[in-house]
Amino acid sequence: MLIIKLVFKNAFRSKLRSFLTILGLSLAIVAFGFLRTVVEAWYAGVEASSATRLVTRNAISLIFPLPISYKEKIRQVEGVDIVSFGHWFGGVYIDPKNFFANFAIEPESYLKLYPEYLIPEEQKKAFIKDRKGAIAGKKIVEKFGWNLGDNITLKGTIYPGNWEFVLRGLYIGKDKTIDESQFFFHWDYLNENLRKFSPSIADHAGFYIVGIKDAKYAAIVSERIDKQFKNSLAETLTETERAFQLSFIYMTEAILFVIQLVSLIVIIIILAVVANTMAMSVRERLPEFAVFKALGVGGWRVVFLIFGEALILTTIGCLIGTILTFPAAKAFADKMSNYFPVFIVKDETLIFDIIITLVIAVVSSILPTIRALKVTVAESLTRVR
Amino acid sequence: MSKKKNLIEIKNVYKSYRRGNLLIPVLEDITFEIEEGEFLALMGPSGSGKSTLLNLIAGIDKPDKGTIIVDGIDITSLSESELAQWRGLNIGFIFQFYNLIPVLTAFENVELPLLLTNLTKKQRRQQVSLALKIVNLEDRKDHYPGQLSGGQQQRVAIARAFVTDPTILVADEPTGDLDRLSAEEILDLMTRLNLELGKTIIMVTHDPQAAKKARKILTLDKGILYADHQARI
Repeated sequence: MLIIKLVFKNAFRSKLRSFLTILGLSLAIVAFGFLRTVVEAWYAGVEASSATRLVTRNAISLIFPLPISYKEKIRQVEGVDIVSFGHWFGGVYIDPKNFFANFAIEPESYLKLYPEYLIPEEQKKAFIKDRKGAIAGKKIVEKFGWNLGDNITLKGTIYPGNWEFVLRGLYIGKDKTIDESQFFFHWDYLNENLRKFSPSIADHAGFYIVGIKDAKYAAIVSERIDKQFKNSLAETLTETERAFQLSFIYMTEAILFVIQLVSLIVIIIILAVVANTMAMSVRERLPEFAVFKALGVGGWRVVFLIFGEALILTTIGCLIGTILTFPAAKAFADKMSNYFPVFIVKDETLIFDIIITLVIAVVSSILPTIRALKVTVAESLTRVR
Repeated sequence: MSKKKNLIEIKNVYKSYRRGNLLIPVLEDITFEIEEGEFLALMGPSGSGKSTLLNLIAGIDKPDKGTIIVDGIDITSLSESELAQWRGLNIGFIFQFYNLIPVLTAFENVELPLLLTNLTKKQRRQQVSLALKIVNLEDRKDHYPGQLSGGQQQRVAIARAFVTDPTILVADEPTGDLDRLSAEEILDLMTRLNLELGKTIIMVTHDPQAAKKARKILTLDKGILYADHQARI
C-alpha cells in the first residue's frame, strides 16, 4: 500500500504541473471524442441503413429522376418484396437557415420499408388519408414548436412556390441512430402540382427504395433490376442502401481525412505533453530512484512507480475529458442539428478514450523508465552531492 | 581479547573511471579486512577514492579487478538483481544529504526498506516504531522531512538504515551537512548502534572530529591505502 500511496503522492508532487498536464489531456480527450463523434455522425446514414433495402437511381446521376413506370417493373423482378419511391423536395421552412431534409414519398409502401420510424397507428392512418398531410421527426417538431394539425408552409427551391402541408404525424426513431429531423409528404401532392405547372418533369421519382426478401441476394437482385433497364432512356444503378449512403460520404472523404488527421495530431500532441511531464518528473527525482535502488528496490518496482504515476495523470485526464465530452457534444448537436441530425457519443468512442489513455501512459513512461533503470546507483548518488 | 572474525575481505581491488579517452585510476591494489562489529572511518582528501571504496563495499559499484567478500559471499560475482537483493538484506545506507522521500512521513520513510521483506504490516509497524524509538523520534513519526531539522532528518535516515537489521551500515559523510551539536548527536547514535546493536559501521568522513568516534581509521590518498592505525580502543 505504501508504494501505491507513493505513486499517488509523486503524481501530485508538482501540483501546477500535474494540473496543467491533466487539463491538457482532458481537453485533448474532449477534442478527440468530439472529432470522432463528428466522423460517426457523418456515417450515421450508413449505420441506419438496412441490409434488405436497395436503392435504385438514375445511372447517370442522382439529380436525374426515373420514370414512375419503373415501379411496377422493379416489383416484378425476382427477389423483390416491396417497392417504394421518394423524391428530394428541397423545401425551406420560413428561412434557408432552417434546413431539414424533406422528401415526397409514396406513404404506405415507404413507411412499410422503414419500420424504424415509429409512428402511432392513428397518426399513420391520418397521414396516409390526407393528400396534403405530412409527418415530421420529433427533433424538428420540437425545434419549430409544431403541433398535429398545424399548417406548415415550405418554400420550394427546386419546385418554386409556397407548398402547404398539414402535420398529421410525428415519428421517433427506433434507436438513437435514426435521424429524427426529416419531413415526409405525399408524392401524389407534388406530382399533381407538377402535372399542372411543369408537366415535363411530372411522373418521375428521384429514387426507388426496394425491399428484398433475402439480404444475401442483394447483389443478384441489383443486377437483375439494372439489367431490366439496360439500353433504356433512363438506365438505373441499383446498390444496397449502405453503398448508396457511402457514396455520399466518399464525396466528402477529404474532409473526413482531415478530421481524422487532426484527431491523430491531438493525440500526438498530448502524448508529447505527458511524456515531457514524466521526463521532467523523473529527471528531478533520479537521486530518489538511486536511493530506492541502493535500498534494494528492484527494477519492476521502479517501473511500477513511473508507469503508475503516468497512469494516474492520464486516467484523471481521461475521466474528466470523457465526462466533458457529453455536454460538449450536446451543445454542438443542439447548435448544428441541421447538419448533424444524429450526433451521439458512442461507446466505441469511450473505449477509444480508454485505449488512448493506456497507450499514452505506457509510451510516456518508456524513456523516463529506461533512464531511471539505466542510471547506476553510484552515479546517481554522486549527482546528489 | 579474542580476535573477531573478518566480516569483509577486500583483496587486490582496482577501480578506475573513464573520462573521454582518459582512464583515471581511483583505487589501486587495495587489500584489507574489516572485522565484524568494527566501526571504521575512511578518511582522505577529496578525490582520494574513499567514497568509491565505500560504494564497492556496499555493492552499489563494481571493481575493475579484485574481489570483495562480505560474510563469505563474493559480491563482485553477483548480478545486478542479486546485488540489489543482497543490499536490501545486508546493507544500511546513511547519506550526507539524508535522501529521505519528501512526500512520505518519517514513519513511512523508515518503513520503505521493510516493504522488500516478508514482514506483515503489524510486524513492520512494530519494527519502525522501535527504530524511531532508538533514534528518539517517536513523537515526530507523522512529520514530513520538510518539517524536521537537518539532525532529525539524519536520525530518520539512520532509522531507515538499520530498520531491516542489516549486518553493515555504510555512511558517506553523515555529518557533512550538520552543525556541530547535531553532528555530535548523530555520531553518538552511530556509536550506540555499533556498541549496543553490534552493527559494523564504515563511515567516510573529512572531519577528524567525526573520525575520532571510530575505533579504526584508514586513510586513502590518490587511490592508495597509506595508513592503518588505532584511533580509539
